[in-house]
Amino acid sequence: MQIAVTQLVNGLVLGVLLFLMSAGLSLIFGLMNVVNVAHGSFFMLGAFFALALGELSGSFWLGLALGWIPAVIMGFGMERLFIRYLYHRPHLDQVLLTFGFTFVFSDVVRMIWGPEIRNIPVPEVLSGAVEIFGIILPKYRLFLIAFGGLIAVLLWLFLDRSRVGAMVRAGVDDAPTAAGLGINVHLLFGSIFALGVGLAALGGAAAGPVLGVYMGIDGEILIPAFIVVVIGGMGSLRGAFVSSMLVGIIDTLGKAYFPDLALFAIYLLMVLVLLTRPHGLFGVGRT
Amino acid sequence: MSSSDLGGDRARRLAAALVVAALAAVPLAGDYFTSLVAEVLVFAIFAMSLDLIVGYTGLLSFGHAAFFGVSAYTVTMLGVHAGLSGWWGMLAGIVMSAASAWVIGFFCVRVSGIPFLMLTMAFSQLLYSVAVKWRSMTGGTDGLPGFVRPSFFGWSLDDRSVLYWFIAAGFVFTWWCLRRLIRSPLGSTMVGVRENEQRMRAIGYPVQRIKLISFVIAGAFAGLGGALYAFFNAFVSTDILHWVLSGDAVLMVILGGAGTITGPVIGAGIFLMLKHVISSHTDYWMIWVGVVFIACVMFLRQGVWGLVLERGPRWLRSDR
Amino acid sequence: MSVLLRTEKLCRSFGSLVVTRDVDLEVSRGERHALIGPNGAGKTSLVNQLGGQLRPSSGRIFFKNRDIAGLEPEAICRLGISRTFQKNNLFRGLSVRENVRLAVQVHRGRPYEAFRSTLADRALWDRADELLERIGLVSGLDRRVSELSYGEQRQLEIAIALASEPELLLLDEPTSGMSPAETDQMIELVRGLPSSLALLMIEHDMKVVFSLADRVTVLHYGEVLASGPPAQIQSSERVREVYLGGAH
Repeated sequence: MQIAVTQLVNGLVLGVLLFLMSAGLSLIFGLMNVVNVAHGSFFMLGAFFALALGELSGSFWLGLALGWIPAVIMGFGMERLFIRYLYHRPHLDQVLLTFGFTFVFSDVVRMIWGPEIRNIPVPEVLSGAVEIFGIILPKYRLFLIAFGGLIAVLLWLFLDRSRVGAMVRAGVDDAPTAAGLGINVHLLFGSIFALGVGLAALGGAAAGPVLGVYMGIDGEILIPAFIVVVIGGMGSLRGAFVSSMLVGIIDTLGKAYFPDLALFAIYLLMVLVLLTRPHGLFGVGRT
Repeated sequence: MSSSDLGGDRARRLAAALVVAALAAVPLAGDYFTSLVAEVLVFAIFAMSLDLIVGYTGLLSFGHAAFFGVSAYTVTMLGVHAGLSGWWGMLAGIVMSAASAWVIGFFCVRVSGIPFLMLTMAFSQLLYSVAVKWRSMTGGTDGLPGFVRPSFFGWSLDDRSVLYWFIAAGFVFTWWCLRRLIRSPLGSTMVGVRENEQRMRAIGYPVQRIKLISFVIAGAFAGLGGALYAFFNAFVSTDILHWVLSGDAVLMVILGGAGTITGPVIGAGIFLMLKHVISSHTDYWMIWVGVVFIACVMFLRQGVWGLVLERGPRWLRSDR
Repeated sequence: MSVLLRTEKLCRSFGSLVVTRDVDLEVSRGERHALIGPNGAGKTSLVNQLGGQLRPSSGRIFFKNRDIAGLEPEAICRLGISRTFQKNNLFRGLSVRENVRLAVQVHRGRPYEAFRSTLADRALWDRADELLERIGLVSGLDRRVSELSYGEQRQLEIAIALASEPELLLLDEPTSGMSPAETDQMIELVRGLPSSLALLMIEHDMKVVFSLADRVTVLHYGEVLASGPPAQIQSSERVREVYLGGAH
């Protein structure tokens, strides 16, 4: 029982981290039709900034709370200075551009922090474990699940309920009309991209104590995130949430109980989904 | 379809002869240079094969390393574990690559654009993970040493020049085959798919089948490249299957010029030169490659060779 | 006249939006059939279902007595239905000649041939030139499509569709965006098409409809409002109040 629940918790943790990664990816694609191959880089940057901030200030919380800010600024800059010039070009050019950026970010991280694996220490208040109904669970992981859930709810409220969210959806739906209504479309697009990568950066920062912080994590988290988005459907936040949890749990349980098959489980799931519903479970087909 | 292009034909033939002569003469310039050119040619084959999918059929794949790596591993594993000669290994490698391309392609061509990109990437990573896990056969991340290079009618491929000439021959063969393919009806259908997939379907073409054919042919030539890589390196490790290598190949194709036959060759040259030259001065060569690539995508999307074809002499245009 | 195409209670909806509602449509061999209706009536959606670009929600489409509803576009084309598109859907980066040659290649050539050059098969190039001449394009055939005038591109649209030697040609607003002179040219072009070829054309220009059509079907909110010879449609009160009197 202990083991099963522990694995479930681990699965949910992975799910939450995947959600933070894939929500941004899906958002950026769904709203802007841009595939950000450098999304993993922002996850990594968020982790490193949180690490640096945490070490500088001595506070984990400060790192988590503010670590995503530099990433957001960089994201905004990337969109305004580079990506915006490629909107009229085929999709693939944006993919290539963001791919080029992964090289740059990778070396920048290496230049500043070196190639070793670093660690963000868990804060005092969350270290150790807690006992719930006779089962011992690590506090930090429980925190992560709650944290991820909170972000998911906030994100949903923002996009679905707020005025700003409505502007986002309008600007994306019909930019010239939105501009005619006085919405600053330039600011909007830059902000959407910044929000998307900010989520990834937040994920990286939060994942620090669990996954570690190192150059190379950008590539490692990218493929699972892509798989999640493909399964959930590009552009669907709900899809990103459901499939993150699904993938997180299946992958973790798979590794725990069927270590040799675990590898294939996720890929199999992806192939199955793509063959039956090519746009993903919740996807809206965009041509 | 111009009536007579004798001047252009002659120029092309002369250029081809000069290039072949230059290629043959490379070993005269010393061991280091020969190795460098050999490496470039191996990756040129890899990049040209990817261009068939990317530049000619219009499908962006980030999983091409799968076919390069499958062949390299097949050759090396058969050689090291079964003592099979590199020649049989090469044949097996190309077959394995084509077969994997058929299986992976079967799933991937069902979707296009971004899902296609992600699927190809994911499948390639799947193979990578298998190679990492299967230590007993592949040596895992430590790699598999001990490959014995074969001999060609008594001439051992351990001789750097012989190895080089063989690779150069493989390169010329690939270049020639792809050129013929592009000019053929099958090639024209691939271009049609790139130009307007919807219309191709409306006029009666089975587009999915064409994409799969393109994918398999590209996989087979990547397999040839992979086998030659195994000969060249006599050592293979899991890096050869990683999507980073797939990304490098995409870089080469775009830098050089997608949708041209010689573009990827130029791109492979530029990429490897950049890597070697910069890394001899500093550890941080990736940032430079990244910057060059970003600039290329923003300002020189047609690639270096693409630019040459646009501005250069007319007789070169047939390279498209 | 035998019936070539017949739809039976064809329906298509997108969620709660019904674009095609119980449409029964018939086109006979060699018939010139016009499909008219206000914007949003569902004409293009209907043609998309006939051409395979859109899958019907329910209902059947019989072509030569075979149900083709839901088949892929390439299969439908091979059975003998060809179409043009409302917005020019050409191979813009290729030459005019190559556009048509590609269309001819899949039916008369060997599309999987990988060794011989496309230049070797003269028959396909000649056939392409023939089709281009038929629709009125004779010079500058090596130009890229992007260099053609809009009217010439519309003509090329038809040439490509004719390459498969169809028995039914679906024309989606062939004169859209054309000047009166170009429209007259198009009318002549369509008139000159083989009499054995059935046509179903979506049109907004009433002049075109009444010069060319044997039968007219009027669509309104996805339903068939009326169907019959042009004169009958013209004199119908119902049609007048819904469509002809108002928007054009």
